[in-house]
Amino acid sequence: MLETRQIRKRYRSGSSTLEVLRGVDFQLDPGGFVAVVGQSGSGKSTLLHMMGLLDAPDGGEVWLDGSRIDNLPPRERDRLRNRAIGMVFQAYHLLPELTALENVLTPLLIRHGIWDWFSHKQTARREAEALLDRFGLADRMHHRPRQLSGGEMQRVAIARALITHPRVLLADEPTGNLDEESGAGIITALTELNREKGLSIVLVTHDADIARQARGIVRLTAGKVETIPQDATGSAA
Amino acid sequence: MYKLLLCWRYLRTRWIALASVISVTLGVATMIVVNAVMAGFSNEMQTRIHGILSDLVFESHSLSGFEDPVWHMEEIQRAAGDQIAGMTPTVAVPAMLSFQVRGQWVTRQVMFIGIDPATHAQVSDFGQYLQHPANRQQLSFDLREGGYDTTDSQSPTDTPTRPALEHAGWPHRRMRVERERLWKERQAAQAEAGPAQSVDQQVDAVLAATSPPAASPTDGDDAATTPEAPRQNPFQQARPEQGRVMDLAKEQFTGIVPGIGLASFRSRDGTDQFLTLPGDDVKITFPTAGTPPKAVSDTFTIVDFYESKMSEYDSNFVFVPIDALQRMRGMIDPQTGIPSVNSIQIKLKPEADLNEVRDRLRKVFPADLYAIATWRDKQGPLLSAVDMEMAVLNILLFLIIAVAGFGILAIFFMIVVEKTRDIGILKALGATASGIAGIFLGYGLFLGLVGAGAGLALGLGITWNINQIRQAVEWCTGARVFDPSIYYFFQIPTIVNPITIGWIIVGAVAIAIASSVLPAVRAARLHAVEALRHE
Repeated sequence: MLETRQIRKRYRSGSSTLEVLRGVDFQLDPGGFVAVVGQSGSGKSTLLHMMGLLDAPDGGEVWLDGSRIDNLPPRERDRLRNRAIGMVFQAYHLLPELTALENVLTPLLIRHGIWDWFSHKQTARREAEALLDRFGLADRMHHRPRQLSGGEMQRVAIARALITHPRVLLADEPTGNLDEESGAGIITALTELNREKGLSIVLVTHDADIARQARGIVRLTAGKVETIPQDATGSAA
Repeated sequence: MYKLLLCWRYLRTRWIALASVISVTLGVATMIVVNAVMAGFSNEMQTRIHGILSDLVFESHSLSGFEDPVWHMEEIQRAAGDQIAGMTPTVAVPAMLSFQVRGQWVTRQVMFIGIDPATHAQVSDFGQYLQHPANRQQLSFDLREGGYDTTDSQSPTDTPTRPALEHAGWPHRRMRVERERLWKERQAAQAEAGPAQSVDQQVDAVLAATSPPAASPTDGDDAATTPEAPRQNPFQQARPEQGRVMDLAKEQFTGIVPGIGLASFRSRDGTDQFLTLPGDDVKITFPTAGTPPKAVSDTFTIVDFYESKMSEYDSNFVFVPIDALQRMRGMIDPQTGIPSVNSIQIKLKPEADLNEVRDRLRKVFPADLYAIATWRDKQGPLLSAVDMEMAVLNILLFLIIAVAGFGILAIFFMIVVEKTRDIGILKALGATASGIAGIFLGYGLFLGLVGAGAGLALGLGITWNINQIRQAVEWCTGARVFDPSIYYFFQIPTIVNPITIGWIIVGAVAIAIASSVLPAVRAARLHAVEALRHE
């Protein structure tokens, strides 16, 4: 349901050019859970940014649910990011002035203007509270990010990504800043979401163990992607 | 909704942004106070000018005026009578006033104005400006037997500011005549006697002999002892006036009312010192109405003082009965007895449109012969000078607020840099570029409203308590902030105009928003990925 075709991206600095992605073909089936692995600087995050419409490719196309999305006008792209695509980052990226609950509500706050917020407020709050409860953060709802641990913050970030019922969740090294235990908890949460809710997930990681918990792995090398065949514990992407 | 929430949070967590708003507050407050005080002064001035000039002035172009004021007044009545509340003719010529102060002649250039005592007070506030209560009721050019106000009737104080006026009028006149008589006697006696005393000693001796007793009013009758009447000329009946020496102690010359500024000055302690008083005689030299005009002079007796609180008028005008002036200038046609006048002052009914009546009269009386003007036309340059002052002041003060705008600009740029990562997050979550810009524009609006609101409260607070503040400042520093000897009123006048205040607030908020535009645009243009990488 999420597809990239021949994605190219190059970075210029001064007179030299660095081609990070040289024609990447990637596919995610509905309900799939694919890990993207590769060395540092191989362009994994860049590929994820293309998929999440945070950046525009220099060549190639991005398709979501059978429609091309990389060439949409800015307003449409903003809309997709708000409704169809959920993102989780290594650095959590929570807004420091807002409480955990308000952070989870942020995409909805962006979606609704002042006037129609009041008609959606009740349902939105209930959903946000339910999500936080599910991640075990019921008593942290009104805390600011600076009062939360790394793991808690990442869970808030995941809740935030989920509140919009996205078509796909893109996770960029979500456990990078966490210790093993918290990291494992996050990955467990993601696998659960994929298994029980059928949420399609793309997970970027440099950790092979984590990658193995996905149902498919692709490796990014020299700007191109190759599918790694799974061993018997997983299933093919 | 996220914009509102974030604006609110930024406002509450970043008090330093309010520092940039202090300039807005001070600028708004200053503009409010200055506009209120200047409007107050301007209004006072306009009221006074309008109190002095009548609504419409009807004049001719030549110094000799126009004939037959009665006919003209009838024509005016016919053209615009439904709007007219009162009319009076006047004759005005430039003249020279001379009077003696302690043996020395003081000369002043004046405007010598002949007025009709019966009707003049109808067309302006003239009556209010006189010093004797009876004259305020109805002006008379006859000298009064004392009773002149020893304080300023327009802003009375408990202690007299004009003690010299207590004996003004006939008492003063009689005392002066007596003094001069004694002086002459002493001079004569001195010539016979021997070594001269110094002039000062002689003057002091005469003064001591003739000063009025300390606490008793109108003792004047005792001070004057009439000299023994000379033996009668048997042909006195035939020519009663000829050869008769005027008894100055009992008779006066034609009465005049000079402006109080011509004959007095205010000393630092607030009392007025007079160079000459009602009862004294002065000489006035003025041109006749012939072609070419000749200079004639005559003696007049001061009967009251005119005080309009505008130094232009108080130091220039001298009023005299119109028929006396017409006679002296030769403005009465010897064959018909019809006099000429320079101008007719017209007072209109309160609801009349001054310009409209003026134009109506201009149609009837051609412009090459007559000059018809409203009081505003006559004082146009003065009033527009004040308006220009106000305009310039407003521009300068507005620049203060504009400077505040740069403070906001700088602080917002810093906030955008600080919030770069958060902006990236919002974009990643689907916020549009214009939405991001909206956060900062809204923040600018908030700060503008907070600053202008505080400025409004501060400005109105100062304006409404300005006289208490003035007193407090004077008490603290010991220096006079508002010297009543320079200004004409004792309280600082203020007028608060809601429209002016409205514009000030709108301007201040506009500057706050305008200053946030650049940072807002910068925030909107941030690239999401680069912003997210920002530390």
